[in-house]
Amino acid sequence: MTPAAGAATPTMPDPTTYTIRSRRHYGRWLATALIVLALAGIVRAFALGQIEWPIVAQFLTAPAILFGLVNTVIMAIAAMALGISLGVLFAVMVMSPNPVLHYSAKGYIWFFRGTPLILQLLLWFNLALVFPTLGIPGLFDFRTVDVITPFMATLLGLGINQGAYTAEVVRAGILSVDQGQTEAAQSIGMTRPTIMRRIVLPQAMRVIIPPVGNEFISMVKLTSLASVIQFSEILRNAQTIYFANGRVIELLIVAAIWYIAVVSLMSFGQHFLERRFSRGQANRGRGQ
Amino acid sequence: MITDPMEPAQTLLSARKVTKTFGSLKALDAIDLDVTRGEVLCIIGPSGSGKSTLLRCLNQIEHFDRGAIWIDGELVGYRQDGDTLYELDDRAVARQRLACGMVFQRFNLFNHMTALQNVMEGPVTVLKRPRQEVRKEALALLSRVGLSDKHNAYPAQLSGGQQQRVAIARALAMKPKLMLFDEPTSALDPELVGEVLTVMRDLAASGMTMIVVTHELTFAREVADRVIFMDRGWIVETGTPQQVLGEPSEQRTRDFIAAVLS
Repeated sequence: MTPAAGAATPTMPDPTTYTIRSRRHYGRWLATALIVLALAGIVRAFALGQIEWPIVAQFLTAPAILFGLVNTVIMAIAAMALGISLGVLFAVMVMSPNPVLHYSAKGYIWFFRGTPLILQLLLWFNLALVFPTLGIPGLFDFRTVDVITPFMATLLGLGINQGAYTAEVVRAGILSVDQGQTEAAQSIGMTRPTIMRRIVLPQAMRVIIPPVGNEFISMVKLTSLASVIQFSEILRNAQTIYFANGRVIELLIVAAIWYIAVVSLMSFGQHFLERRFSRGQANRGRGQ
Repeated sequence: MITDPMEPAQTLLSARKVTKTFGSLKALDAIDLDVTRGEVLCIIGPSGSGKSTLLRCLNQIEHFDRGAIWIDGELVGYRQDGDTLYELDDRAVARQRLACGMVFQRFNLFNHMTALQNVMEGPVTVLKRPRQEVRKEALALLSRVGLSDKHNAYPAQLSGGQQQRVAIARALAMKPKLMLFDEPTSALDPELVGEVLTVMRDLAASGMTMIVVTHELTFAREVADRVIFMDRGWIVETGTPQQVLGEPSEQRTRDFIAAVLS
């Protein structure tokens, strides 16, 4: 110990005996109070508003509503499956050195991203006006109105449109995987398809899943657009009921509750998928 | 019967007039090279001299424009019919690559697999061998490179030196005839270089044929049977480590060695 330090120490009181008082966060208290007040106001307004809550409860499990719910979920899954398949296919095509494959995939993405979804649905639904029959000439023919049911029109409209967006997401995912991974896989004798399946796509998933999860959630809600082409999904069935009984808001609330329930369940599933595919990553998505 | 030391069966790899251009740049200019079984060959040279490109051509990760390479008597990348060479398809190229194991400067371990899964991936997926048997071999290989306690670690949890040793084990798991090392210690922190070189020394001592692109002149001096100095797509000088590193006959070689040692 130097003499200088020895001289300074006796004049200093022991700092461990001090009491420490935290800062008062007046701003936070104020914000909290305002938000609690606003929430209470909203709850009160809805409780006193012209909503017959027993009717909401009654129709929440009505057969027509549950039937619509099942159709909504089936359609979202089927359209998303079609969208992801087309997305992977067109992503690989866009990345192909063959110019015909490249530009036809680009053209597909350009067309379907460039037109409103509701317009595409109407086009598919009215396909019979352009082509009265579908098939391969001389082999088989179907009347278009028999093939393009509301279900088929919705599936094609939603799925093909989704494929255009998913193609870009998949392409970004594939590009995010370092070229060195492919070279290492080649060096142990893997063929191109095996490299894609075993090495590149599993690592691309980490980048692909968050946006695709997001799009899946959008898809659940986009199925409601199919109500304009008579597909009996949940919103259309709710509308059919309120045209008959006049309980507009109650039935819209019923539909809203089901949409939120389905979407919440999916967000939960997305969380687990993301964890699964971030194996081996130092950063598993939460900073520390 | 007398065995001729130059008998073709002793030669594992032959390259003749291998040429590769990137645009107007001649990366490889009519390279001739022969490698004998069990030989350790070190290639040194400034960056851009074509040494990595040569290595990548041997394993068909890079395409060469002219010339031919034979590995163990088999023409690389083509099927010959008279005077015509037919390019091989993806599957045949993949099969030919099994002859060489490759170790990369940036390790390139599969990030979504543990150390053990990295080593097992080739034998299980490519060679379709039974998982239990492969697992035993993979564990033995990991302990050979000194990592038996790390087999459940993902690459991101390993140091650079440990990753590179796993990469060596991954290449060895395919039982290659020839190991190619592309600057295996250039991306490592200085204190981690030694552990990788130790593994490579052991491998050389076990009789493995190795082609090593490196800047580690000490390693080349101690381990190599032959050293090649390359510059601008040419083999400028070739000989024993003593000749090329000790008393180089070309001015370019002398300049390079002086620059590396300074």
